[in-house]
Amino acid sequence: MVLSVARKFLFVLPLGVLLLWVPRASAILTIEITQSLGTGMPIAIVPFGVTGTAKLPEDVAAVIEADLARSGRFTALARKDFLSTPRAPGEVNFKDWRLVKAEALVIGNVQQLAPGRFQVDFRLYDVFKETQLAGYQYVVGADLLRMVGHQIADVIHEKLTGEPGAFNTRVAYVTKESAARGGVVFKLQIADSDGYNPTTILSSAEPIMSPAWSPDGTQLAYVSFEQKRPVLYAQNVIYGSRTKIAEFRGINSAPAWSPDGTRLALVLSKDGNAEIYVMTLADKSLRRLTQHPAIDTEPAWSPDGRHIVFTSDRSGPPQIFRMRSDGGAVERLTFEGSYNARASYSPDGSQLTLVTRVGGRYHAAIFDLKRSALQVLTDTELDESPTFAPNGRIILYATAHRGRGVLASVSADGRVRQLLKLQEGDVREPSWSPFNRQLQPTQGVKQ
Amino acid sequence: MKMKLWHAVVLALALGLSACGGDTAVQPTPSVDDQTGAEPSGTGAQPGVDGAALTDQDRAALSQRRVYFAFDSSAIDDENRRVIEAHAAHLTANPQLKLVLEGHTDERGTREYNLALGERRAQSVERMMRVLGVSADRIRTVSYGEEKPVALDHNESAWRLNRRVEIMY
Repeated sequence: MVLSVARKFLFVLPLGVLLLWVPRASAILTIEITQSLGTGMPIAIVPFGVTGTAKLPEDVAAVIEADLARSGRFTALARKDFLSTPRAPGEVNFKDWRLVKAEALVIGNVQQLAPGRFQVDFRLYDVFKETQLAGYQYVVGADLLRMVGHQIADVIHEKLTGEPGAFNTRVAYVTKESAARGGVVFKLQIADSDGYNPTTILSSAEPIMSPAWSPDGTQLAYVSFEQKRPVLYAQNVIYGSRTKIAEFRGINSAPAWSPDGTRLALVLSKDGNAEIYVMTLADKSLRRLTQHPAIDTEPAWSPDGRHIVFTSDRSGPPQIFRMRSDGGAVERLTFEGSYNARASYSPDGSQLTLVTRVGGRYHAAIFDLKRSALQVLTDTELDESPTFAPNGRIILYATAHRGRGVLASVSADGRVRQLLKLQEGDVREPSWSPFNRQLQPTQGVKQ
Repeated sequence: MKMKLWHAVVLALALGLSACGGDTAVQPTPSVDDQTGAEPSGTGAQPGVDGAALTDQDRAALSQRRVYFAFDSSAIDDENRRVIEAHAAHLTANPQLKLVLEGHTDERGTREYNLALGERRAQSVERMMRVLGVSADRIRTVSYGEEKPVALDHNESAWRLNRRVEIMY
């Protein structure tokens, strides 16, 4: 529904920059699981029944299955091994599922209510206890059937692991491709967490940097060089409209929204060198937080909004520092390693993910704030821009793979690794959206 | 844009590109439509350029439009100093010229830090230009960080070319 409204908007700006919100045939990010250690809980996801139409635009059960398998916490049983294919509660024979060693079972049905309008029901069962753990119903248009699949995967993840899933979320990133008429084209894109439905919201011949989601998931702040210098914008991702946040002399960069969405931390060099400021968005008033001739950049808020961590080379090579979000004393956090930069907090505030250098290689890492311990997560060597999934379970980052820019993800426990890449061109600067609260079930379904 | 093409030609003339083919090798050609993307050419003579005053060493330094830096450094070494001095002298002799200093880094490390590092490199060249008599209001600095590499490989020979400030006027 949101998308159909947004399709009506097409913004064309001067300077060869396009603000777009027309879902176009953008190149899709494909996900390849490169490592999955250990075995997850065995789960059977039965293909959903279909009523009221011959063919569905999406296989909702397949969306759920791919999500859960990618998390590394579940092993989806093969459809060919199923002894029965129940579509409704009365058709479930738990013995069939105990025999194939499923611990959890998902069934569902998609009914076409009107052309392009669907009602999706699903139920999650505990096979051993023979009880229903969850059941919901959603009514959506065809373009949101995949989103329903992600939402159901989130419900299943939370019921079975006790932690929320982050499947029904999106990722913003920047691509760089060769342009048809020579040169390169940079695009700021948003896609579902599984890489589907990529949408270009800005296209430019000049670089685009540092996308950052507002906490309500409606806006992206970013840096664009379309004026041949770094200027900071915030763009509404639903309607495409955007506002210029900062275009001072020098650098305007590294935006980070406060957790309550009312302020933006940013980096300006208008007073001579890169310093961290906080802008109150309502009146665009600025407060300068750092006062140092060194580079101070890459601010990130703690989840409670009380602190800001940042990168500074005030003590030599770049390290991570922390200050209160209203300024004041600066405390150095990282001492291990000769290059630590671009930190951001885990959703629970106990850890940072950052880039650290070990023997000339740049790795995504986790820094435990309580123990002051640094743990390298990757064996790639040009890692950048690590970002936590909103449930804290996965870290997504940019790296180089066979000479090309790709995204990669690693579960916080290091067991599951994935590569997200484009068929052609480079992809970088991932930013994981907050939880998506757009889609609510119309009702729960009882046993 | 037009100004920039013009000055490229002027500089080419001043540097005596005739070296490649005798006294009359540099033939001014009619100006080329900007939109064709062809190599720029110019017409006629240009006032205010004193080619005779240049030594061979100056010419070599002036033909160098990039100065290079060590990793995570904005320090200017002796070789780069000679390049900056030659451009500063040329700019002092040609007060109508405006200067853009574009700072860049290699791809290693983080993008926002590199954006600030690129700016620091541009400022480092700017400071030296000012000390050498080029007034601040003629200089503009901009950083692209690691966003515009000139060499695309992922190794030291590419990185050393990308850690640079471009001197543009």
